[in-house]
Amino acid sequence: MSPGSNDPSSLLERETLAAKKPNLRLRAGLVQAVRHFFTQRNYLEVETPYFIPAPAAELHIDAIRAGKGFLHTSPELCMKRLLAAGYPKIFQVCKCFRQGERGSRHLPEFTLLEWYRAETDYLGLMEECEEMVVFVLEELGLPPRLEFQGRTLDLQRPWDRLTVQEAFERYASTSLERAMESGRFDEILAFEIEPSIGFPKPVFLYHYPSALAALARLSKDAPGYAERFELYVAGVELANAFSELTDPVEQRARFEKELAKRKEQGKTVYPMPEKFLRTLPFMPESAGIALGVDRLVMLLSNQKEIDPVVSFTPEEL
Amino acid sequence: MYNASNLRKGLKILIDKEPYVVVDFQFTKPGKGQALYRCKLRNMINGIMLDRTYRSVDSFESANLEQRKMQYLYSQEGHFHFMDLQTYDQSALSAEQVGDAKNYLIDNLEVDVLLFDGRPIGLTLPNFVDLLVTRADPWAKGDSVAGDSKPITLETGYTLRVPPFIEEGIKITVDTRTGEYVTRVK
Repeated sequence: MSPGSNDPSSLLERETLAAKKPNLRLRAGLVQAVRHFFTQRNYLEVETPYFIPAPAAELHIDAIRAGKGFLHTSPELCMKRLLAAGYPKIFQVCKCFRQGERGSRHLPEFTLLEWYRAETDYLGLMEECEEMVVFVLEELGLPPRLEFQGRTLDLQRPWDRLTVQEAFERYASTSLERAMESGRFDEILAFEIEPSIGFPKPVFLYHYPSALAALARLSKDAPGYAERFELYVAGVELANAFSELTDPVEQRARFEKELAKRKEQGKTVYPMPEKFLRTLPFMPESAGIALGVDRLVMLLSNQKEIDPVVSFTPEEL
Repeated sequence: MYNASNLRKGLKILIDKEPYVVVDFQFTKPGKGQALYRCKLRNMINGIMLDRTYRSVDSFESANLEQRKMQYLYSQEGHFHFMDLQTYDQSALSAEQVGDAKNYLIDNLEVDVLLFDGRPIGLTLPNFVDLLVTRADPWAKGDSVAGDSKPITLETGYTLRVPPFIEEGIKITVDTRTGEYVTRVK
């Protein structure tokens, strides 16, 4: 036994980790089940680099600098380059990194499940997302109705669908239009809408104002809105998805706009991801989704916070 | 200068030219949206609580606060007077600013006085203070309502419950954080 192994902080660490064991077991089983779901649907599992020269330019997503490049904030750009090169169904489970994101449901290093599918749109992904979660529950031997923080969660399909406009009408103290004008969209979504949605059934919140979707295709039937959705389960934001924008001119213009806003706010201005833009015209009509694995584990293990579902938090290192 | 990403429990910032301490803090960030920092803040001068939500673009000035070791001298007309142990300068705190700490203020007690822009706004007591028992009735045996304790009065006028063996004229140690009896001073 090494010296110091009996000091109180070491004892506390061993106790904390031992208490996490059921969650970490569920986590391991969940990732296996996810892989099983996608491989049996002929998806190809891919790995793309974590260390990249140019992250996607989004105003509110801050990449962590690493040497001359950055740690990726999501595998989006590399996965789309694969999509453009003739990989029509791909998925990845990977670590992603975002500067300054730490809260009861946020970690600066977290695990994302991201998948892309050609010849479908965001509506197709809603269904596949439902199927995936139900499949995972069955593989884990969990019932479709679960207890989460004293409330019943009913994960049986189909789940609910709600437009952002409807959500504002139903739960917010102001209209979507006024929230956009006053720059209070995020605040109202986070504090007035989120706590009220996603139970007992999960809900797909869709049709985001076009200004809030840097890489999504604009809706054909709902002008001013993007074909983007966020999945909420018991007030927890679990996934973000959209029909992919495939127009390189439009995409470059949006990146430039985001970068200009970043510059204005004194944030790091990322290099333009030129290789991604060059390959974009070859990308088929497709849709992609990113789902927070840590949060899905939280929901299925009835944990209110993210800390108990990861082996170590940054503060524990 | 701080920005919103520096917000933490215990951080002291300036709002409308007054010092506030962050007592509760919650980070959230709706999908692809901006980071939101929901804070409960306490005004360090008047104790009033404030709820505020900040965004990543918000910035704050740090409050010019300083702790000084001072000795309690005397109280007069609702003010409590202290002497800085380094500079020998005297400062006064109002009864409101001193609050329950008056229960422990005995002559020559060393405390930390908090200064904001050089003005005293509050104090921190030592965790344990020894105080003289000035009044203690003999314990009435069989007083089952009172259990195994009895009320006494200390030299500062503070009354509390202690074990029955505590008598007038002895000193006891009190925990200033809880206001409770700790031990008899030998």
